[in-house]
Order: sequence, then structure tokens, then C-alpha cells
Amino acid sequence: MSNNIPDTGETSLTSKRTGVDLAIRYGFLTLLAGLLIFFGIAAEGFVSPFSAVFIFQSVAITGILALGVTFTLVVDGFDLSIGSTATSALMLSAYVMVVLEMGAVIAVIACLTMGALVGLVNGLLIVKARVPDLLATLGMMFLLIGLQRIPTEGRSISTGMTMPGGEKANGTFAPEFLWLGRNRFDFFIDNLVPVSVIILLLVASIVWVFLEKTRHGRLMYAIGSNERAASLAGTNVNRYKIAAYMISGVLASVGGILLSARLGRGDLASGNNLLLDSVAAALIGFAVLGAAKPNAFGTIVGALFVGVLLQGLTMMNAPYYTQDFVKGIVLVVALVFTFVLTGRRTGSNH
Amino acid sequence: MPAASAKISGLTKSFGSNRVLRGIDIELVKGEVAVLMGANGAGKSTLVKVICGVYQADSGTISLNGQPFKAQTPYEAIHAGVVTVHQSINDGVIPDLDVASNLLLDKLAEPGSGFFLKKRQIRAQAREIAASMGLNVDVTRLVRELDLADRQLVAIARAMTHEPELLILDEPTSSLSATEADRLFGLLNRLRDAGVAILYISHRTSDIQRMADRIYAMRDGEITGHFEQKPLDYEAAVNAMLGHGMSDVDLDIRSAGAEVLNLSRLKISAMADPIDLTIHEDEVVAITGLVGAGKTALSSILFGQRKSFSGTIELNGAPFSPRSAREAIDAGVFLCPKDRGTTGVLSDHSLAKNITAPFLTKYSNLSFIRRRKEGSAARETIQQLNIVCQSEHDDIGTLSGGNQQKVMVGRWLSQPSKLLILDEPFQGVDIKARRDIAAKIRETAKGRATIVMASEMDEVLEIADRIIVLTEHSVAGEHRNQDLDLKTVLAQVAGHRKTDNYAGQTESDTGMSAG
Repeated sequence: MSNNIPDTGETSLTSKRTGVDLAIRYGFLTLLAGLLIFFGIAAEGFVSPFSAVFIFQSVAITGILALGVTFTLVVDGFDLSIGSTATSALMLSAYVMVVLEMGAVIAVIACLTMGALVGLVNGLLIVKARVPDLLATLGMMFLLIGLQRIPTEGRSISTGMTMPGGEKANGTFAPEFLWLGRNRFDFFIDNLVPVSVIILLLVASIVWVFLEKTRHGRLMYAIGSNERAASLAGTNVNRYKIAAYMISGVLASVGGILLSARLGRGDLASGNNLLLDSVAAALIGFAVLGAAKPNAFGTIVGALFVGVLLQGLTMMNAPYYTQDFVKGIVLVVALVFTFVLTGRRTGSNH
Repeated sequence: MPAASAKISGLTKSFGSNRVLRGIDIELVKGEVAVLMGANGAGKSTLVKVICGVYQADSGTISLNGQPFKAQTPYEAIHAGVVTVHQSINDGVIPDLDVASNLLLDKLAEPGSGFFLKKRQIRAQAREIAASMGLNVDVTRLVRELDLADRQLVAIARAMTHEPELLILDEPTSSLSATEADRLFGLLNRLRDAGVAILYISHRTSDIQRMADRIYAMRDGEITGHFEQKPLDYEAAVNAMLGHGMSDVDLDIRSAGAEVLNLSRLKISAMADPIDLTIHEDEVVAITGLVGAGKTALSSILFGQRKSFSGTIELNGAPFSPRSAREAIDAGVFLCPKDRGTTGVLSDHSLAKNITAPFLTKYSNLSFIRRRKEGSAARETIQQLNIVCQSEHDDIGTLSGGNQQKVMVGRWLSQPSKLLILDEPFQGVDIKARRDIAAKIRETAKGRATIVMASEMDEVLEIADRIIVLTEHSVAGEHRNQDLDLKTVLAQVAGHRKTDNYAGQTESDTGMSAG
């Protein structure tokens, strides 16, 4: 039989479901509110503008990368290379300014171009060469981790460093570039909001509008839901998939630029956690408002949730080495929210 | 008379309110091939799955050699002597193992068969099995290196290691060429002579005429025909399978308007006859034929999903050869594809989003979707097709199958088209939804050309102004849906091309080129 969909008798269950529906919709936000109240009472100094800004700042770069992950998840793909794209941008910006002695604008343009190019190659591998997304981006991840070490023969880049050839690198990080990482805007209080937080909020708003309000976003979701059906409805599936990976690459490089500007040096060892943290944020986002799908708002809430939890625990003197464990718990709980609870709502229809 | 090997009586099975099997009685005799025919959705696969233990019957009995038989799992069925070879060849073999391991796989999987593989022993046993089946392949070769027919034979040979009483083959030739099928039939003949009862599910005329000792025709979950008198009346069987109980829908057959689509010397595939065909404005043309006759292939060509082998297509007098769905849609050619679950429905999306998906440029300004316009268009479709739902924001997954299908048809009716193609639009929907959909298609047909692909004769008679019969990618006949000689139509569906002795039996036939 082509059609074995059982009749679920949808109307009779409506009243029973409202409770579950409410839990699914607002459960995670309620949990976040509960956390805020708990830390507000338990951790001294948690309720302050500085603490809030600190939380935002701590998740800004992860959040921007997570928005990129969101795009690839929307088209039912996955980008494992996002962390290494960010660290490549970090190294590239340092190389352009310190070694090649060029300015901030060129450094930024070079990083963004590299991100787009990485995304393009990922997309082409997946769409044209038909390499499965996880494998293609895993390969790209390795490639980039290796590539970013080659120009300096494995050294980190800092002003005045000695190059492999023996000469000194004379360039410096441009002040305009460092401004991206270090300037704080006044917001009621002097020098409060860092540039990275502004960029996070800006990118999040644009991504949200794009995914929710435009036909391109709609078609990307359609591809993620049923690629063949989307294609037969006249969608250029390949083009949108490549676009998703390119956006992911560009957002990763934005994250890398901000990290570079904050550190002020091309540090090979930084950014180790970027991939896992950003993927976790995007996946936690599934649970927000019962979306059960990748979405920009959820991704930001997911990133903030982790940030709030870590900040609160830190202020309560939890040791730093418990952080990854805490993130893991949040992710598992969020996945249970998404797949167990919403599965009950829609699972019978698949 | 040989003893009955298996007897199935009064078998029923429902999925929710959907009664898929409504009392099946079948008798399978040792040393005989019984062919089971049925259109898509008739319940063949469900019947097979009940017999081989995948599903449990709601009521009815199966007896094997006089003993009651009720398999709870496929494993039990196999050990009781009921072995099934499923349609998809790769379900029956493991491509990355060699032939010997495949043939003895079930033995290897048995508990207590030892920890280490005894390669030489396995190969010797496998050669023995292969020889007894007349299977002439090197048992050390990997199965993925074999051609389809050999893989199929390996799957069957593997099934035969269980020494089955009853062998069930689900469309075994659907992916085989004619010569490959010959090898399969050779093996089946040997098995038949060895006294195995075979239940053979197929649509292919040539298969059935060659292999069948008896034919069961199935339709809507019931056996509608049983033929064992030689020579087997194949046409009557097709007739019983497709059914044409007088339709109680009165059609007002319209005269055709201007030419819209013109196919000239179009060959769907290399072996097919060229097709010359014109479809006009205002008319609804039903294209019918068995599974694999070329209906879906033709719709794929017209919608840019497949290349024709040769020939030309004209749309409104201009050459038309779309390379993608988008090009076809932009040219005003819409396709509502069959199997909505895989080709149409955007799950986790609302009704409105499903309806407007192909036409989002029309519902957006500078790429921003105009929700209000989209919503009102969706509500209009919902109202016009009597779609049962709470609002246009409902997730499409909450709808019944019939209502989902209405959404799919409604999607393509929501914008004007030059040519609308609907491939099996009544697939898996109940009679009420079918009437609603058919009425809406006919009601809106003015101003465009409409092609409906359908294999069920009832559906064809209910919707068409004109009927075109396809057989083996070629046109077998063309009829106006008025004072129709059903016997001729069914004969053509059953596989007699226009060019043979059935040609010219009806007046309306003469209207078309024999190719």
C-alpha cells in the first residue's frame, strides 16, 4: 500500500494536548527564566548590566557561528568545518596585517572572501560531487586546520615575530581592526556594549528576517523538509544548498575576525571549542518555542542559555573544568525536549 | 490433482479506518505458479507482508499443507517454509559479500554455527546450492559485481536453501531486461518441477503469459477474479484487476479547443514506438496503462525531469524542452507528481506553505513573503476543494491522506496553467475525496489543457474527455470517452499494441497515427 498513514483522529485529542503543547512551546524559555532568577538570588552580582554584557560577549562569537550552522541545518545539511574556518580567518587576518603589512579593510575582505570560498567548495563537494555533507565538511575541517599552519610553519602570528626565513615581521594589527574586538559603545553606562555583541544582534536579526520572512528562507526550509518535493515545486535545490554553505562560511569568518580582533594575535591554539559550542547552540535552538527545527531565534536563545549557565556557575565558584560537562547536559536535555516531546506531537505522521 | 500447498481464507487487514485486505481467499498448489495481479494500492504488498509475517492479519486463516500457519515474524515464516523474495533486489542480497557467503548467509546467522568461518566448506556448500539451482556463477565473486539478473537469482537461490514449501516473488522482473528475465524463468520452471508452490506478483503481460498456471486478480483489497481454465483469459484478468463497474458519474464530454501541446515522433525510450499526440485547451485527457507503461516517464519528460529519446515537443506552437521543473513551471506546465509523500508533501510545513511553495515569487515583494495574500490564497484552495482542516496554518501532517492529496492538487490549481499534468491524482484516497478532486479538475479545466495519468479504469472513465492507452512506452490506442468500447480499451491496456490485430476495431481509433 502506498498510503498507510493511520487516521489519528486529530480533533478529539486537542484538549489533552494543550498541556503538552505549552510545555513544548515555553518549557525551555521557562527554564531560562528560572535559571536567571536562581542565579539572581544565589550568585551575588549576577543581576547587573556588566554581568549581562559579559554573558552576551562570551557567546557572541559562538552565536555568530551557530547562526551559520543554523543555515546548513535548515537545508538538512551539516557544516563541520565551521570552527576551522573561523580559526583560519583568525590566522589569515593576522597574516595579512602582521606579515603582509596591509590594512584592516583588506584583512576583513580577505577573511570574508576566504569564508565564502570555503563554503563554495563545501557546497560543490556536496551538491556536485555528491559527497555526504558530514564527510565533505570533515575533510574541509582537516584541510583548513592543516592549511592555517603552513605559511608560518606552525607558529602563532604576533607583532614582531620571527618568520621561518629568519627576518622579522614588521606589520602590526591595525587599530581599526582591534577596535572591532576592543571598543565598547556607551549604553546608559559608559563603555558598556562591545562591538561583537552589536554584530551578533545585527547578524541574528538579519538571519531571522531572512529565514522567516523571505521566500528564499522559506524555500531553504522546504529543501530541508523534502528535497525532492522542493525540487519538483521548481526550487533550484543545488543553488540554495551551496548558498547555505557559503553563508555558513562567511559567518564563520566573521566569528574568526572578531576573535582575532579580541586577541590581537594569530593564536593557533584558540578557537578549539568553537565547533562544538556553536553546533550545540543551534541544536539547543530546536527546543525553543517548540520549533523542532533549526531557527535563528532558538539558536541565539540556545547560545545565551549556555552563557547564562556558565556565568552563573562561575560566579558561584564552580571550577572551570566542569564547563564542558554542563554544556553537554544542556544539549542532551534540549535534544530530549525536541525529539521526545515534539515527537509525540508530530511523530505519528511520518 | 496435486494437493494444495497453501490455503488462505477470509484474510482481512486494516490500517486504522483503511481496510486494505477485505477477505482474501487464495489457494496455492504444489508445482504451480499462481500469478497475483493488482493495480497500485490494491493491497498486494500488504497481502504478501501478512503471509510472510511482517504484518499480522486481523482475521482469517492461512494453512500450509493442511496445518494452520501463523507467522509472527519473517524469521518464523522462513522456518515454516514460506520464503519471500522482495521487489527490491538489494533487500535480498548483501552486495559487499561474495556469492558463497550470500547463499549461506542464513546458515551463518544461525546460533551455534561456529565462531570462525570455514571458507572452504562454505564455498563447497555454496557451489552445491548454485549447481542445484542451475546458477552458473563463480561463488567467490562479490555480489555487487554481478548483473541484476544474477543478483536476483542469488537472492532466490538463497531463499531456496530453506527448502520452501511456498515461494513468494514480488515483481521479480521489474528491474530485469528480457534476456535477464529469461534466466529467472528457467530457474522458476525448475522449482515448479521440483514441486514448490510459487506465488508470483507481476504486471508484465509477457511474464504472466509465460509463467502463470493460474491467475488471481486483486482490486481494492479483494480478489476480483480467479482464472485456472487453460488457456488463461489474461484480458479478463486485467479487466477484473482494473474494474469498470459502471461509473455513476455523468460526464459532459466537451469538445476540444485550440492545440496546446503537440508531441511529434516522440520516443520515450529507445525501444518504444514514436508518439504523435496533440492535447487541446479545455479538454481533460486521461493517459492510462499498467505500471511501467510509460505514464510517469512521459510526465517526467514534459516537466523537465527526464530527456526523451528522440522527437520534439511543442507548447502553443513553440518548441518546448524544459531542463528543470522551474523552466516547466515558468512556461506554464505544471505537474502534480505521484507518490505525494516523497514528491510533494513538505512535512512540518503548514497547508498554506505547501500550497504556495512553487509560486512564492507571486506571493512576495522584494523576496519578502506577503503572508496575508498567501493566507487568503490558501483559504480559497481549502474552501474550493473541501479540505478538512482547522485553518490554513495546520501542519500538513495532521491531515488525512485524502486531504493531503487535495492540498497537492490544490497547489497546482491555485495558479493558472497552460498544461496541467496530474500523475495518479487519486492514489490512496477514498472515494469521496476522489470525486471531489475529479470534479474540481474538470470544473477548472477550461482555458488549459489537462492530462491525468491513471491506471484504474474507474478513475479514467470518471475524469476523461479523451483516453489514451500506453503500453510499453508506446501508444496502444486512443478513444473518446463516449460510447466507449471498454473491451477494446482493456485489451489495449493488457498489452496489444495498435499495430496488431486489434487495430481499427473502433472508429475513434482511426483518429490517431499508428506510429
